[in-house]
Amino acid sequence: MRQLLLYISVIFVGLLFIARLFYLQVYTSTEHNLFEDNAIRKVYDYPKRGFVYDRNGKLLVANQSSYDVMVIPREVEPLDTLEFCSLLKVDTTYFKKRLKKARVYSPRLPSVFLSHLSKEDYAVLQEKMRKFDGFYIQKRSLRNYETSIGANVLGDIGEVNNRDIKKDPYYRMGDLIGRQGVEASYEDILRGVKGIKFIQKDRFNRNIGPYKDGKFDTIPEQGKDITITIDAKLQEYGELLMQNKRGGVIAIEPSTGEILAMVAAPTYDPNILVGRGRSKNFTKLFNDSIAKPLFNRSLQGVYEPGSPFKLMNALIGLQEGVLTPNETVTCYAGYKYGNRFMKCHCYIGKRNNLISGIQESCNAYFATAYRKILDKNGSASEGIDAWSKHAKSFGLGNFLGYDLKVGQKGRIPDRDYYKRIYPKTFYSTYTISNAIGQGEVATTPIQLANMIAAIANRGHYYTPHIIKSIEGETLPDKFTTPKYTTIDKANFEPVIEGMHQVYKKGTAQWVQVKDIDICGKTGTVENFAIIDSLKTQLTDHSIFVAFAPKENPKIALAVFVENGYWGSRFAGKIASLMIEKHIKGKITRTDLEDWLLRHSLEDEYAKPYSGEPFQINGKTKLQVVDDKEYTRLKKQLVRISKATN
Amino acid sequence: MVRETNRHFKFDWITIILFLLLVGFGYLNILSASHSGSNIDYLDFSQPYGKQLIFIFLTFGLIVVLLAVDAKFYERFSSIIYIVSMLSLVGLFIFGKNVNGATSWYAIGGMTIQPSEFAKMATALAVAKYISDLNTNVKNLADQIKTLIIIAIPAILVLLQNDTGSTIVYGAFFFVLYREGLPKYYLTIGIFIILVSILSLKFGAGITSIISTILIIGFYFIGKKKLHLFQSLFILIAAIGISFGIKFFYQSILKPHQQDRISLWLRLEKDPVKLEQMKKTFAYNLNESEKAISSGGITGRGFMEGTRTTGKFVPEQHTDYIFSTVGEEWGFLGSAFVVVLFVLLIIRILHLAEQQKTQFSRVYGYGVASIIFIHFLINIGMVMGLIPTIGIPLPMFSYGGSGLWAFTILLFIFIKLDSNKINEW
Repeated sequence: MRQLLLYISVIFVGLLFIARLFYLQVYTSTEHNLFEDNAIRKVYDYPKRGFVYDRNGKLLVANQSSYDVMVIPREVEPLDTLEFCSLLKVDTTYFKKRLKKARVYSPRLPSVFLSHLSKEDYAVLQEKMRKFDGFYIQKRSLRNYETSIGANVLGDIGEVNNRDIKKDPYYRMGDLIGRQGVEASYEDILRGVKGIKFIQKDRFNRNIGPYKDGKFDTIPEQGKDITITIDAKLQEYGELLMQNKRGGVIAIEPSTGEILAMVAAPTYDPNILVGRGRSKNFTKLFNDSIAKPLFNRSLQGVYEPGSPFKLMNALIGLQEGVLTPNETVTCYAGYKYGNRFMKCHCYIGKRNNLISGIQESCNAYFATAYRKILDKNGSASEGIDAWSKHAKSFGLGNFLGYDLKVGQKGRIPDRDYYKRIYPKTFYSTYTISNAIGQGEVATTPIQLANMIAAIANRGHYYTPHIIKSIEGETLPDKFTTPKYTTIDKANFEPVIEGMHQVYKKGTAQWVQVKDIDICGKTGTVENFAIIDSLKTQLTDHSIFVAFAPKENPKIALAVFVENGYWGSRFAGKIASLMIEKHIKGKITRTDLEDWLLRHSLEDEYAKPYSGEPFQINGKTKLQVVDDKEYTRLKKQLVRISKATN
Repeated sequence: MVRETNRHFKFDWITIILFLLLVGFGYLNILSASHSGSNIDYLDFSQPYGKQLIFIFLTFGLIVVLLAVDAKFYERFSSIIYIVSMLSLVGLFIFGKNVNGATSWYAIGGMTIQPSEFAKMATALAVAKYISDLNTNVKNLADQIKTLIIIAIPAILVLLQNDTGSTIVYGAFFFVLYREGLPKYYLTIGIFIILVSILSLKFGAGITSIISTILIIGFYFIGKKKLHLFQSLFILIAAIGISFGIKFFYQSILKPHQQDRISLWLRLEKDPVKLEQMKKTFAYNLNESEKAISSGGITGRGFMEGTRTTGKFVPEQHTDYIFSTVGEEWGFLGSAFVVVLFVLLIIRILHLAEQQKTQFSRVYGYGVASIIFIHFLINIGMVMGLIPTIGIPLPMFSYGGSGLWAFTILLFIFIKLDSNKINEW
């Protein structure tokens, strides 16, 4: 038996080793991943980010170099701190603080010591850099906005966060990603594909050479340039007109669905989100919960559309055969239903047909029309579903499918929607506010502009979009195939004629533009805010929709000015000017221009926060801007006008 | 059998093939662990892989000489070989060259020779010679002591040269003596001391004492085989003595780096911050070696493809840590293959030893198997973190001329002895 001791020991040890190997190599081993192998250094080669041009080829967004001072704490040698600090324009406290922070992060790895040096500072520093061991300068690429407009359209880029990395493993800590606007929508195209080099390290973290002779290395693929549909001049003009107001202006080319201008007011200069001030400025914009400059009112603002929605009801009425263009309705300065009454601006006994109904925005006419639509088959439940279906065919009540990341569905109610409120009985009078675009109907400015584009096209529209062309690529089909509404082409003519009359002799006759046949519709929308838990009425929103010219329309737009009172007071003027700017390229109605620059709604916006009771609508006095502000705006206007001519 | 019918093939080819496989596979891994860059000049003799090629080449000459010498020579000259070897160890104190804290090398020209590698072979011969003497009886205490002296001389000499690892190898002769009739209680006592020591270091002397007391009292009252009261008391006192004595041994006799290695092995340190520090200091090698082996997975990263090997993340990878290269580049399959090769080689030698007709050949064969086994156990065990860090090479595998030649001589003397057993009648 003595012979067996060594035999058994050898076999036991052999099995033990194999078990240990199994544990190390099979049981606890994970799939080998080059990216997680800390013996391999990954060096990224960042491609140029694509440029953004406007529809006329004007460069809007390019790149600029920025220089960061990096530090590797372990390699820092004693240095002339004072000289170094004065070169960098920082104080010694900053120096000590940052160095400590970097050391805490890692003594071996580089940390940012000072970010975004100016080109001048860089030039001076570069020569002296060799004196400071452990510090070096790293070049980075940042966005350079060649313009101060369109922050809501162009968007910005920022460093990726953990969520982005989790969602798309392409990104690594410190990479930049599009955050808003086209930067976010066309991130994949603009960013290109970064190249990567795998380098074999040794245990002292030194590079030995390319891993497997660079077999897995990739070269960067440059980002592609894009052209957007925005007309920078029109956009700039719109932003100027909207200064000291809040709201949105959105202009679409009906024949293509291209978004010509998308103004959200208030806005900001996109350049403030570049470079060293980014974080501070972004926080400031983000925290402004009253003016909400980051809120894209053209896309995200959900408003009751008001009178422009009467156009919709007219179209549905004609399509359903319950209205004819010449049939008249008598207005009693309002519309009586049951024991309730809806007021109207018409005098008692005025007889309106479809065209004058639109022209005068007669509430009684459209209340009658709405009831006829809903009661067509004797069942308001069926009627409202048919009505809803028509309205939705214009892209209302749902996301439009445009190529920007933010948006709202708005709301077009149907019977199901009302089931909660009216579970059993349902009559057309219950929802009569929908007749005049108030009540449950809600739209965003872009939906309304798109509805006008569909009217201008007499029955179809193209999904609105911001992209005009991508270097070497074709646009997706959804932007080039028309979407048809449920309304026949013939039924558009009387409505368009009505819209034309709005300009000729109706509610917008004071904002006419010579030589352009504009079709429009005003809107004045009651709105409320909760102030100290009390529902309080504020000054009406001023709304205007229009397209022009009447034949072969080139522009369709929707203008929302919050608390601007009646439709043609603010929105109508802006709409006319935008149309004239787009079609003629110069402005004849300089009186309207001047009026808009002169007047501000800031006082109006401050009211709900004043903590004191306030007056609205007719009882308010319109704020006039001081001369300093007026001169500033005027200067901008002169610059814009010059650039155009 | 073949070797009985043909004089030219009388050598045990299975052993020779296992030996060649280990040397060849070892060379490939040394090449992988020591090359730098993609252009390898295989004959660059300034690099370990180039030198190893020369060593292997010279080994073949050595084998021819070893097999050509008459088998009787080894038995007859074993005492002289032993004395010369011991003198060479003593000479180190005067002429020795210090490398990594151990004075174990003679530097002759550009070459270094490590006599302690050869001393194992010399001791195996001497032990075989002494035990096979008709007057020697291992059961006899006086003979046990004399044998112990033969083993202790080289063991103490290498210990004085700071080569603790080589000292431990001489423990291999326990297997030899046990086979030849050393009383069983030595084994029992040995296992007892080791168990109590480990328990005491891991859980503390107090707890170990209490546990052993309970066990011994329990065994005394309910055990099948009745122990004498004095025996029980003696064992109890010994257990308690060892429990507290090992603490003293650990803290006062062991050097700080040895304490660290044992502390690491027994996972005595629980504080994660200190554990992280350990990974950067004395546990660095082991940590990197385990990482390299783990990253191999089942099939390995491929020859010369291991990133940790190429990046030289494991220090001393071509010498003591060569097995981590196998682990990373050849994976579980390759590593298990190496383990199996060693197990087969040792078992084959044991098998042959048992067949020997002279006691000298048998004892020597046992010595060879035991020495290879201890190296195998300690080296691979250490690289995988199963045994405290003890720096000894993996036989036939690790880089180094002295090691390779010493193991070649050790093994081929036995192959020669084995081939001669027909003539032993």
